[in-house]
Amino acid sequence: MATKEMRAERDPALTDETMVINLGPQHPSTHGVLRVRLTLDGERVVKAEPVIGYLHTGFEKTAETLTYQQCNTITDRLDYLAPMTNNLAFVLAVERMMDIEVPKRAQYVRVLFSELTRVASHLVWLGTHVMDLGAMSLFFYCMREREVILDLIEAAAGVRMNPSYFRVGGLAYDLPEGFHEKVRDFLKDFPRWMTTYRNLVDGNPLINERLVGISLLDRQTCYQYGVTGPNMRATGLALDLRKDEPYCYYDEFEFAVPTRTQCDAYARFWVRVEEIYESMKIIDQVLGKISPQGEYATTDRKVSLPPRDEIYGNMEALIHQFKLVTAGFPVPQGEVYQAVEGPRGEMGFYLVSDGGPKPYRWRARTPSYYNLQTMPIIAKDGLVADVITAIGSIDIMLGDVDK
Amino acid sequence: MNRLDTGLIERLEEKFGEAVKPRESIDFTTIVVDPEHLLALAEFLKAAEGYQMFNDVLVVDWFPSRPRFEVVYQVFHPEKIMRLRFKSFVGENQPLPSLVGVFEGANWPEREAYDLFGVVFEGHPDLTRIYLPDDWEGHPLRKDYPTGGNRID
Repeated sequence: MATKEMRAERDPALTDETMVINLGPQHPSTHGVLRVRLTLDGERVVKAEPVIGYLHTGFEKTAETLTYQQCNTITDRLDYLAPMTNNLAFVLAVERMMDIEVPKRAQYVRVLFSELTRVASHLVWLGTHVMDLGAMSLFFYCMREREVILDLIEAAAGVRMNPSYFRVGGLAYDLPEGFHEKVRDFLKDFPRWMTTYRNLVDGNPLINERLVGISLLDRQTCYQYGVTGPNMRATGLALDLRKDEPYCYYDEFEFAVPTRTQCDAYARFWVRVEEIYESMKIIDQVLGKISPQGEYATTDRKVSLPPRDEIYGNMEALIHQFKLVTAGFPVPQGEVYQAVEGPRGEMGFYLVSDGGPKPYRWRARTPSYYNLQTMPIIAKDGLVADVITAIGSIDIMLGDVDK
Repeated sequence: MNRLDTGLIERLEEKFGEAVKPRESIDFTTIVVDPEHLLALAEFLKAAEGYQMFNDVLVVDWFPSRPRFEVVYQVFHPEKIMRLRFKSFVGENQPLPSLVGVFEGANWPEREAYDLFGVVFEGHPDLTRIYLPDDWEGHPLRKDYPTGGNRID
């Protein structure tokens, strides 16, 4: 275990030799298939180089062969713990290019699901991060709570993991009946459980020993590397795109942006835990704003599919359905960059259109990729056990890194 | 929505003259810069204008038109919450200066651009493939790279 004595100055007589070992790609604490090439001097890390690409699937190339509505399904698979925020960034980018007006209710529902996925994603992070530090039981509790959120997503989108629920022009379907009550039940139970889990780690000397003062990531490094999200906010800067570049009427909701100033793993830990509570506040406010059933997509039939009963009775609707399914819709020539605040930071899409129904260039600016780049800095001069803390505390997702 | 930096274009034109040209865009300020002035522009934006947060480097392949590659850089102003995009056009075997000296975060995206497009960045500390195996042939995100089928030798 990494104790203060071991972190103290090393004996120069013992340091004439270094050793290179691989951490991963098949290691449970690397959260996927990350490989870190560690140059070790005894227990101390001299150099840590992340080696990525083991999960590279060529999404950017695939997307160029799909229509815009089909591309949406790929975005789910980038950061598969927070698929909804990826969907959101993509559909907002396309809507911005086409200048589509989306009904306000649909935007609110998007906020609702973005926040639900943020909570789900942070729960997985909390469970796995604490498990990496040696506490097993919290993982099961977090997974149990996440299951409730996945059930909510399943109720609305039909699937748990890769929902593609947001579509260009609105949502895929309306909310199911009784959805509000389900979310309210969740809101009623969850804070109580969350506080219980929080008490398991709050002030725990074992957790503190592993987190306080470990893997420092200061603000200048964040600027240099484009690190965003909770990692950035742990340096004291309240940079949150929901506040700074509001999308989906986020400016109508009241929530705080949690920050810490210590720049270490402990600060990042509490920023994320507090974000869970802030997301709950937003979810609660959304429920007060939306009706159980209502408008869920634009009525512009050039982008959104007509409802089923319309197709069977209306020739024009049938033609629209046929065109949208077989050919997709054309997007005006140009380029756009649209970013949203994902659980891991700035999730953005840079799209270039040549005027056709398929993107000419589809670039995902995935937050984990830029966050992971700081690995050599934050793991340097620590112990091997601190490398595990570093990986967990910057909250990377390898599907997001490798694209 | 994104805010626009008023007066920035004028300041840049004053400093760089003909080398920078504003480009119309639907989201935020976009400028096109000659490859020779790329490094100087990045340094100026970071030091003098406060665009100190790195955002992204990416490539668009305009095959078969020439020059072929459009290399797009995005930076962020963390205090004014403003974004800026600047881009350079380069041909197939024409190297670009690496921006790693200005924004260290450009390291991986530039390696990615080299890996998937074959754009070469001069002065990059470690310009190797990042996603694909080192012995991979070709650059998959190029428009003339086939998307399907197996190669028959």
